Formats: sequence, C-alpha cells, structure tokens
Amino acid sequence: MDAEISLRVDGESHRLTVDTRTTLLDALRERLGNTSPKKGCDHGQCGACTVLLDGQRSLICLALAVAHDGAEITTADGLAPAGELHPVQQAFLEQDAFQCGYCTPGQVCSAVGVLDEVARGWPSHVTEDLTGDVELSDAEVSERMSGNLCRCAAYENITPAVQQAGAR
Amino acid sequence: MTDLLEPRAIGQSLVRRDGEQKVRGTATYAFETPVEHPAYAHPVQATIARGRVTAMDTAAAQALDGVLAVLTPFTAERLASVEDAEYAVLQSPDVAFRGQLIGVVVAETSEVARQAADAIAVTYAEQPHDSELRTDRPDLYAPEQVNAGHPTDVVDGDVEAAMRSAEVTVDHTYQTQMLHNNPIEPHATVALWEPGADVPLTLWDSTQGVHPDRAAVSEVFGLDEEQVRVVCPYVGGGFGSKGNPHANVMLTTMAARALPGRPVKLALTRQQMFFLTGYRTPTIQRMQLAADHRGRLQAIAIDVVEQTSKVKEFAEQTGVPTRMMYASPNRRSTHRLAPLDVPIPSWMRAPGECPGMFGPEVALDELAVELGIDPVRLRIVNEPEVDPDTGKPWSSRHLVECLRDGAHRFDWDSRGPGRRREGDWFVGCGVASSVYPTMRQATSTATVRHSNGRYTVEIGAADLGTGAWTILPQIAADALDADVADVEVRIGDTRYPTASVAGGSSGTNTWGSAIVQAAREFRGKYGADPRDGDEASGDVDQASPNEDHAAYAFGAQFAEVRVHADTGEIRLPRLLGVFACGRIINPRTARSQLIGGMTMGMSMALHENSVFDTRIGQVANHDLAEYHISVNADVQQIEAHWLDEHDPYVNVMGAKGIGEIGITGTAAAVVNAVHHATGVRVRSLPVTLDKLLPGLP
Ligand code: FES
Ligand code: FES
Repeated sequence: MDAEISLRVDGESHRLTVDTRTTLLDALRERLGNTSPKKGCDHGQCGACTVLLDGQRSLICLALAVAHDGAEITTADGLAPAGELHPVQQAFLEQDAFQCGYCTPGQVCSAVGVLDEVARGWPSHVTEDLTGDVELSDAEVSERMSGNLCRCAAYENITPAVQQAGAR
Repeated sequence: MTDLLEPRAIGQSLVRRDGEQKVRGTATYAFETPVEHPAYAHPVQATIARGRVTAMDTAAAQALDGVLAVLTPFTAERLASVEDAEYAVLQSPDVAFRGQLIGVVVAETSEVARQAADAIAVTYAEQPHDSELRTDRPDLYAPEQVNAGHPTDVVDGDVEAAMRSAEVTVDHTYQTQMLHNNPIEPHATVALWEPGADVPLTLWDSTQGVHPDRAAVSEVFGLDEEQVRVVCPYVGGGFGSKGNPHANVMLTTMAARALPGRPVKLALTRQQMFFLTGYRTPTIQRMQLAADHRGRLQAIAIDVVEQTSKVKEFAEQTGVPTRMMYASPNRRSTHRLAPLDVPIPSWMRAPGECPGMFGPEVALDELAVELGIDPVRLRIVNEPEVDPDTGKPWSSRHLVECLRDGAHRFDWDSRGPGRRREGDWFVGCGVASSVYPTMRQATSTATVRHSNGRYTVEIGAADLGTGAWTILPQIAADALDADVADVEVRIGDTRYPTASVAGGSSGTNTWGSAIVQAAREFRGKYGADPRDGDEASGDVDQASPNEDHAAYAFGAQFAEVRVHADTGEIRLPRLLGVFACGRIINPRTARSQLIGGMTMGMSMALHENSVFDTRIGQVANHDLAEYHISVNADVQQIEAHWLDEHDPYVNVMGAKGIGEIGITGTAAAVVNAVHHATGVRVRSLPVTLDKLLPGLP
C-alpha cells in the first residue's frame, strides 16, 4: 500500500509517495537521495541513523515514513550551510572523533541533541543533582552518547568533542 | 639499511582530508553511490545447518508486483570458477551451514524484495549437523599451514622434560570467545552489468582492497580483470571482514547479471552479517610455562585447538606470537582444527596475535604470582636478544622500554599487593605485552603526475578509517620534497594502479613504499622543475626490503579495573598503552587507531561474545542489541603513547603498522588486573560478573 506524505528535510520541502512499510531512514536515503543518516542495523540498536526529528534526536530506522507526514528533519548535512561546519562538527574534526566516519553523522546529530537536552536541564541516569544545572562532565556526556555505537571506537575523542562544542 | 626520508609533512598532526565529508555525512559509502534507477536485492538464507535444498517454490514471490528476478540454486547461472567454496554461490543445493545463501530476490524496492524473499517456500532434506568445538574431538586435524603462511607446528627442544625438572611451572588452559567484526557499515555492494561495454561489470563495493576484490570477482565470473571495475572511496570499517570479498559480493554480481543495465543494490542486514562475513574462531589454548626461581623461562608451549568450517578452511595463527615473544630454550607451538558445520571464519583485527596474546600473557601473570615477581620484571628478564623463532636480529625491538615507560606513566609501582578495597569496590592493576609483525605486501604501484605546480598521486589503496586519505599525501610530499598542500592523492578505484589489501597493518608500509618509489622515479626523470603532464610510476615488488631482520612492533598495556564487591560489576577506569611502532606519520590519526584497537581489546575482554547455539548451529545473539560492543560509557580513560623509534630496516618511511597492535594483549591486561583486584583468575573470555561472583571474598 502506498501513501503520499510531505517532509521538510534540511530546509527543503518534499512531497513523495511511499510504501507504507518504508522507514523514514529509507525514505531519506533511497527516495530523497539524502544519505547523511546511515543504516548500521535497521533495528534501533546502533544510532547511525540519528537525525533531529522535529527538533529532537531520533532513530529514524524505527520510524515509519507514513507516520511522520509533515515532519521537519535535520540531518548532519543540514546542520550548517555548505562550506561551513556546525560547532559540533568542527569539534569532531579537531578532536579526531571518528575514523571510518560511518557512525559519525549519527554521533554529530546525537551530540547536538545532547547539548540541547543539557541546556534545558534534562537529567540523565548519572546526573547527581536533579534540581540544578546539568554539568557537561565526562560521565554525563558518555552516558548520553552511549546510544551511538562506534566500532572504530573513537569514544575517547567523542566525549571531549561534545564538551568542546558545548563550551562555546 | 635505508636512509629514512627527511620528515617534514611526516610527523604533522594534520586534520583528516576526508573529515568534512564525514562529519556532514556526505562521504558516499558503497550503498550510497548515486545510480540511475536502482533495483534492490534481498538474499534468501538456509534455515537448516546441514543438508540439501530439495525444492524452492518461488511462485508467490514471483507474483508480487515489482519483483524483477528470483535466483535459486536451480536457476542461477553456472560460475566459471567454483574453486573457492565460499564463492560458489547458488551452484549446488547442498547446505553446509545455517544461514548459507540459497537464493536472492531482486525487486523495484527493498520492501518488495524482502517480502518476496520471505514468500519463497523452501523444502529441505535435513541432515544432522555438528558444530561443537571441543578438544576431545577425534577429527581434530593439523592444517598444512596456518594463516599468513606460518608453519602449523614448531618444536624446539623438549618442553615436557623442562616441565618435569623446572622449579616452577604453569599449566593451564585459556579460551577466547567467538567474535564478529561488526563494522558499523554493513557489507554492501552496488553492481552494474552492461554487456557489450568496454568494462561490462562495475562494482561499488565496501572493501578493504579494490584490486584484490576485482581479482576474486573476475575469476569467479570468468572475466578478464580489465572487464571489471571496483570503486570504493570510503569504507565504513572492516577490521578484516572486508579484506576479501564474501559470498554477498558474488550474489549481488549474479543478481546484476540477471538484470543487464540495471544497477542492483544489496546490503546485508546486521543479522545476516553474523552468518556470511567471517568471524574470529573461538580458541582453546593450553599453555605450559617452566621457569627457574628468578623467572627465567626454561620452556614455553602453546597448543591451540580452534575451529574452521568444513566447507572452507581458515586456520587462525594463534600460536604464532608465542614463537617470538620471549626467550626460552625449549619451545612448542601447535595448531589443531575442528572441522565443523559452521559459517566460515576469517580475518578479524590481528588474526593470530589478538587471541594468541591472551593465553601466554595471562599465563605469564600466573607465573609472576607463583614466583612473587613483578609481572613487568618477569617480562623484562625474558627479553630475547634475537628472534627466538628465526634466530635473526630484530630490526628494532623496544618492548622493555615500552614496559618501563608505561609503568612509569601508569604509576605501576604504587599498585600494591592486590585485593585492595575502596568502599564497595575492589581495585587492581594488570599488565600485558603487545606485538604485531611489520608486513609489506609484494604488489603495489603508484603514479605521480605533475600539473601546474601540483602533484597528483594515484594508487588503488583503501581508507577504512585508518587515515590513508591524509597520511599518503604526507608521505608523497616528503618523497617529492613538495608542500603537502600541493599533493593530491586518489585512492579506492581499480582505475588507479594496483594496490594491495588494507590488511596485516601493511597499508602504509606497502603503499607508502610504492609512492616513495614513484616520487623518486619522477624526480629522477624530470628533476625539480617538471613540466605539465610529466608522469612516473614506481612499485613495490618484494614483500620486505630486508630479509635479514625480524621486524615487529611492540607495546605494553596497563589496565586498572574496579570490581564491585557485591554485584561483581566490572569497570575499567584506566587503560594505558605505550607502543614502539616505528615512525608515526600523523600523530592525530595514529593515536585514534591505537586507542581504537585498545578499546576493541577492552570490548573483547569484557563485552563481546558470539554465543553459538550448537543445537541449531547459529549465533544466538546475532544483532547489536545482544552482541555487546563497548559503548561510550564503558570507556573512561584510554591513553596511547609511543616511543620515538627509528627503524632503518623496515622501509624508507621508518614506519611499522599500527592498525592492529592496539588490540593485542589488552584482554590479558584486563584479566590480570581483575585477578589483582579480586584474586579470581578468569581463564575464558569475556570476563563477566557471573565468573567473578563465586570467587569474591
Ligand atoms: S540504523 Fe537506526 S539505530 Fe542502527
Ligand atoms: S567512526 Fe567508524 S564506527 Fe565510528
């Protein structure tokens, strides 16, 4: 069964017809040609497909496109205009917070989401004081970034990259 | 001896050239290649572990709207070569292991392809299978040789006699688990078959080597190599699993040949990768050590039992590092394989050295405890002057310096007698050595071309996150005596000159040597002031420039662990490695590789485990929810350092490989630290809390 939906991706509007089984991830990658979000597992287990969906970090391999008609999506490629980098991307580059780069757009979107969550004072499992501001400690960043697997294991560099971007 | 290149660009911490594309997500990995009007393939896998497919009813699949082709063992084309059983895809209805490929569906969309694959009704004649690795199997056999061409068994002196007469002995069996490479980019291929074209077959494939990939595919399909182009500018990790093509590449090619003119895309699912893309065999290592009261080894022996698939042999060289690590007059190392009805094992980061630095390095720790000698010191007293295996001098060996420097940085001497308790946690520290051979492949060619003050270097190399995009220009710049900003290097396409596989930590050594050679040819021909279009090439035609020396990188790793006294929960607050791996081309990317290897070693120590269900013959936890790899919160402090090592024998860059050494010895350091913290000796990986709880005080 097909359905017609509209999506706004990285500031551009699209109308498209999708199989109702199509995930948002496949809609972006295979239908709209936006391959910035990656597919590592298709089961919500690796984080490679993380984007900002209506402002929040989200695993779009677990989202059916038809259920997100009208959604606003920002991928890592949409975080900054061509030729420029978002502070998180700049920090990833400087800290060498990746190797193969396949998990990286997901890590970057996740980090942007994390910084926003922290700014709003959302606590995590490791937050000691649930009433005050959340500090961007190593433990806090690591905990929040742990839904994004990196098999190249750049974690040691990802945490300082997120902190560097958060300090700006 | 070679005069080392004068380092100018070499040694600089340049930012990755492919970095911007990677942080934006615009680097195109295989499946993402923009192609016109693609079709999507989905494989069909056997659901029995041994037997034969007797029939496949494809009518329902074929009737689905959008299905373009269905291939089965009964309908698929006959391949030109079936010599490699792994590549003999759909050539016979026989099933050799659960998950083997028995068909493929191609459709207009991935959703329809998958639905159609599910709609195929398969009937089997099932036979009993046998997939249990045990040391008492009567069918254990000695392979002709083990991986990388090493002899299966090496015996020197009389280990048993030394064991009988020695003052102290250790005799234990250690086990490493089955592990899956699991690069985050799944194995994926886009294949286009255009009969009649000059180059009828194009593959955009996720591979660690476009040329070896092309060689394998052209042989299987009976094509000339010139009729095949393989392209792969970016690889989303491989760790050995993309070192040679697996059956999925042949299946995609076959599907494309059934649909001429139509690009066919196939990405294995994460679950399918656990059957089809190789893995590290579990190993069972019996270790024997004999020593005098000062810790000097009188004997060292490792007898390895591990598995292979019946359908294709892979013999991990687990016993090989024991042959050269430490001095001892009596030595033995053997390998025996259990041939099982299981998927085909293959390369995974540091095959041989990774599992093979577990048993020996834990056994040494047990010996140190037995003798009451510091484990760092025990390693130092057994330092061999020459390679015990070949008798050759070392090209350079700075293991002792790594141990000393690491002990100093780690503050090893303050570790105390063990079983230290801080609040609810037992705290302890452990050490182990690391090693990896310095290898160069025999074939690689590079070209250098000049235009307008800029140089273009081409070589079909691969960057799987290692940094080749960035460091090859550094090498080329110094070899050409040019500014690195004026050098462009192009890799990842068979249109460029032949390059060896990115494996065995040999990439920089091999491709770098070819590039330096090409640069020298270029300057020799055209001097310092070339004209536009001037071009020269150079190659590597021998495996090592120096046969008279044993060449290895060495390292020492130190781990601190905390074990919760009530729950047995294990944390790893500190991991520190010091390596002697020749000259470092780019400290930024090198550090990432070393840390990445160490983290994967920690993951092996504590988290990863492919649990093989021998009743059904498959990995039970075949996805990333249940196959645990270390996540960010598991990593607290991981440090990699290196010595300023100058090795004039390995190559003109003075560089040894660094991609694999980081994973060797790590698991032993962790296990040794766990023992120091708790008094519990874990001899089988991974260390999980159920193995600790019964022994906690
Ligand atoms: S692809 Fe979505 S979480 Fe792995
Ligand atoms: S950079 Fe390779 S998986 Fe993270």
